[in-house]
Amino acid sequence: MNAIEAAHVTKVYRRYARRRQFATLKSALLSGTLLRDIKPDDVFSAVKDVSFAVPAGTTYGIIGRNGSGKSTVLKLVAGITKPTSGEVRVAGRISALIELGAGFHPEISGRENVFINAVMLGLTKREIAKRFDEIVEFAEMEDFIDAPVKTYSSGMYMRLGFAVAIHVDPDVLLVDEVLAVGDEGFTHKCLDKFAEFRRRGKTILLVTHALSLVERFCDEALWLDAGEVRGGGDPRRVVSAYIADVTKSEERELAAGDRKAQAIVAQQAAEAPPPALAPEPVEPPAEPPGAAEPPADMSKAVEGRWGTREVEIVAVELVGEDKQAGHIFQSGERVAVRMTVRAAEPVTDFVFGVGIFNAEGVCVYGTNTAIEEYLPERLEGECQVGFCIDGLDLVAGTYKLDVAVHQSQGATYDYHRSLYTFRVKSAVADMGVYRPRHRWEFSPHIVIARRRHE
Amino acid sequence: MFQNLARLFRYRTLIQSLVARELKARYRGSVLGFFWSFVNPLLLLLIYSFVFTVVLPSRVAPDLQPYALFMFCGILPWTWFSSSLLESSNVLIAGGNLIKKVLFPAEVLPIVTVVANMVHFFLGLPILAAFLLYYRHAPISLAEIAWFPVVILVQLLLTLGLALVVSALTVHFRDIKDLLSNLLTFWFFATPIIYPMSLMTEYPLSYRLLNLNPFTHLAVSYQEILFYPGPFGHWRWLLALGAASMALFLAGYFVFDRLRDSFAEEV
Repeated sequence: MNAIEAAHVTKVYRRYARRRQFATLKSALLSGTLLRDIKPDDVFSAVKDVSFAVPAGTTYGIIGRNGSGKSTVLKLVAGITKPTSGEVRVAGRISALIELGAGFHPEISGRENVFINAVMLGLTKREIAKRFDEIVEFAEMEDFIDAPVKTYSSGMYMRLGFAVAIHVDPDVLLVDEVLAVGDEGFTHKCLDKFAEFRRRGKTILLVTHALSLVERFCDEALWLDAGEVRGGGDPRRVVSAYIADVTKSEERELAAGDRKAQAIVAQQAAEAPPPALAPEPVEPPAEPPGAAEPPADMSKAVEGRWGTREVEIVAVELVGEDKQAGHIFQSGERVAVRMTVRAAEPVTDFVFGVGIFNAEGVCVYGTNTAIEEYLPERLEGECQVGFCIDGLDLVAGTYKLDVAVHQSQGATYDYHRSLYTFRVKSAVADMGVYRPRHRWEFSPHIVIARRRHE
Repeated sequence: MFQNLARLFRYRTLIQSLVARELKARYRGSVLGFFWSFVNPLLLLLIYSFVFTVVLPSRVAPDLQPYALFMFCGILPWTWFSSSLLESSNVLIAGGNLIKKVLFPAEVLPIVTVVANMVHFFLGLPILAAFLLYYRHAPISLAEIAWFPVVILVQLLLTLGLALVVSALTVHFRDIKDLLSNLLTFWFFATPIIYPMSLMTEYPLSYRLLNLNPFTHLAVSYQEILFYPGPFGHWRWLLALGAASMALFLAGYFVFDRLRDSFAEEV
C-alpha cells in the first residue's frame, strides 16, 4: 500500500506584472477590472507533472537544487497548497516539519504554546496531557517551559516546535530541512527519533540537502530539477547522478565566471593606451622591477592583466586526468596548466610563472622557470607551455590561478592576475591548504577497523 | 463547502484554545491584566456620563435619561462588531505563517477574532448591569431577558459572515483594511447608537435608509431590551435580520471557501 501517491502533479504559481502589484481594490473597482486583474499575467510552474509513490513504512528522500520545487512538493503533500492539476493522496495522519513552531505566540508561556500547537496539529486534549511531559523532556526545556516564548533563544524555539510536531504521532511525517535544529546532541536525538519512526513502520518524506542523510536513511529517493523529475529510485544512484549534475553546472558556472573576468579585463585594456606605447607596466604601476615572483601585495585578490604584450598569453586551460579542459578536479588528480603564448617578434629573455591562490588570497604555491633555472634562449611565434602537476594535493576549495610571462629582470610581457578559477573536490574533509601525500601507521596494539569507504 | 462547515465543529477545541490564548496574550504584561476587559468599558461609560451630564447637559428627550446609559447599550455591542471586523481584516495576513507553513484551517482565524471580541463584550456586560441597577432603571422583564441571547446570536452570525468576507478579500486587496476603518466610522454614525431611532421618524427617507442598516436593528434591540421600559417590540425585525444573517454567514463562508486555496500563495 502506498502512503503517499502523487499523480501528474503540477503546481502553477501566478506571477503578476508590476501593474497588478500596485493595483488596488479602488482601481479594480473603478476600472471594472476586478475579475480580469485576478487573472495572472504570467504563470510559473514550480512543479511540472511530477508523479511518485511512497510505499507505507518507507523513508523517501527528495533532493534537488534550490528552487527545484522540493518544498512545493512537500507543501502539496501536506495539503497546505492544492495542486493546479493532478492529484495527491495521503493515507493517514500527517505531521509536517516545515516550519517549526509556526504559530507560537510570543507573549504566552511555552506550556500554553505547546498545548495550542498540539491542538493545531490535531491532537485532542487528552492526548496532549498524556504526551506533554515527554514533549518537554524531548525538547530539553524543563526549566523554561513556563517562561514566555518571546524569551526563548531560536534554538529553544525550534527544539520545542520539533518536539511538538514529532510527538503528534503521525502516520506520515514530512520533514523539510529541519535537522539543523539545535546542537549536535539534539540532532542525534532527532535522527534517533526518525529511526524509531521507521522501526514502527511509519512513512517519512524527507526534503534535504544533506545527501549523506539520504543515502543513509532513505529507501528511495527522488531528484527534482526545475520542477521536473530527473531521476528516482535507489538513493545511492540518484544521489550520485545528482552530484554529477551539480558538478557539471558548477563547471559551467566557473567557466562563465572566468570568461566574465577576462572580458572585463580585456575591456579595460581596450580603454587603456595601447600597450606598445606604454613600455612600463600598465597596472599596477608600483610593481618593483626585478620581482621574479609575485610581489607581497599580490595577495590582494584583484583580477587584472598587465604587461607590454611583446609576448602574449593567448589561452590558458586546466587539463585534468580525463584530458579535458575543466575547472573542477579531484584532490590528488594529475592536472596540467596549458598556456598558449605568442611572440610577434622573437624574444630571448623570457620567464614563465604560475601562482595558485586559495579563496582567502593566500599564495598556496608560486614558481617560475627562472627560479627553477631554466635558461631561456629563444621564443618566437605561437607556442605551448605546460605546467604539469603530478598530483594536485590541495584540500577541497576554490582556487585562483595566476599565469605570467616576463623578462628575467622583471619587466612584464603579460601578467594574468586571478583570471582563472578552479575548484578542488575531495572525499575527505581535511583542513589547511596543502595535503601532503601521507598515510597512517599503527602499531599492532591499536585496533582499527577498516576504513568506512573501503 | 458544507463538508468544510461541518468540519468547523471539530475545530471547537482549537477555536477555544486560540480564543483563550488571544485573551491571555492581550493583557499579558500589564498590571491590571484581565481587569482591563472590565475597566475599559467602565472608563468608556464614565467618560460618556461625564460628557453628557457635565459638559453637555443633555437636551434630549427625558425618556433617554440617563443618556450615557442609553449610549452604552449601543456602544458595547458596536465595539464588539467594529473591532471584530477591523481585526479580522488583518488576521489572515498576520497569521500568514500558519497558513503558509502548517496545515491550518484558515477560517479559524477570523472566527477566533470574532469570538474573542465577543468575550470582551460579555465582560462588559456586568458593568452595564451594574449601572442599570445603579440608576434603578426600568425593570427588565423575563421575556425581554429571554430575547437577549437571541440578539447576541444574530449579531454573532452577522459579524462572523462579514468577518469571513473581509478577511478573505483583504488577502487580495490590502486596502480594504484602511477602507474599512473609515467605513466603520461612517457606519457608526449611520446607526442609532448615540441618537434614538425615534428621532428619525420625522425624516421618512433617513428612517427607511436606517432600516436598511442591519446594525440598526441590533442596536434598537439592545436598547429596547436593556434601556426602554415595556415589552420588546422589535422582534420581527430581529428575526428577519437573523434569517438574513444566517444567509450572510453562509455566503461569507462560501466566499471564504472559494478563496481559501489562494491564501497560501497570496498572504
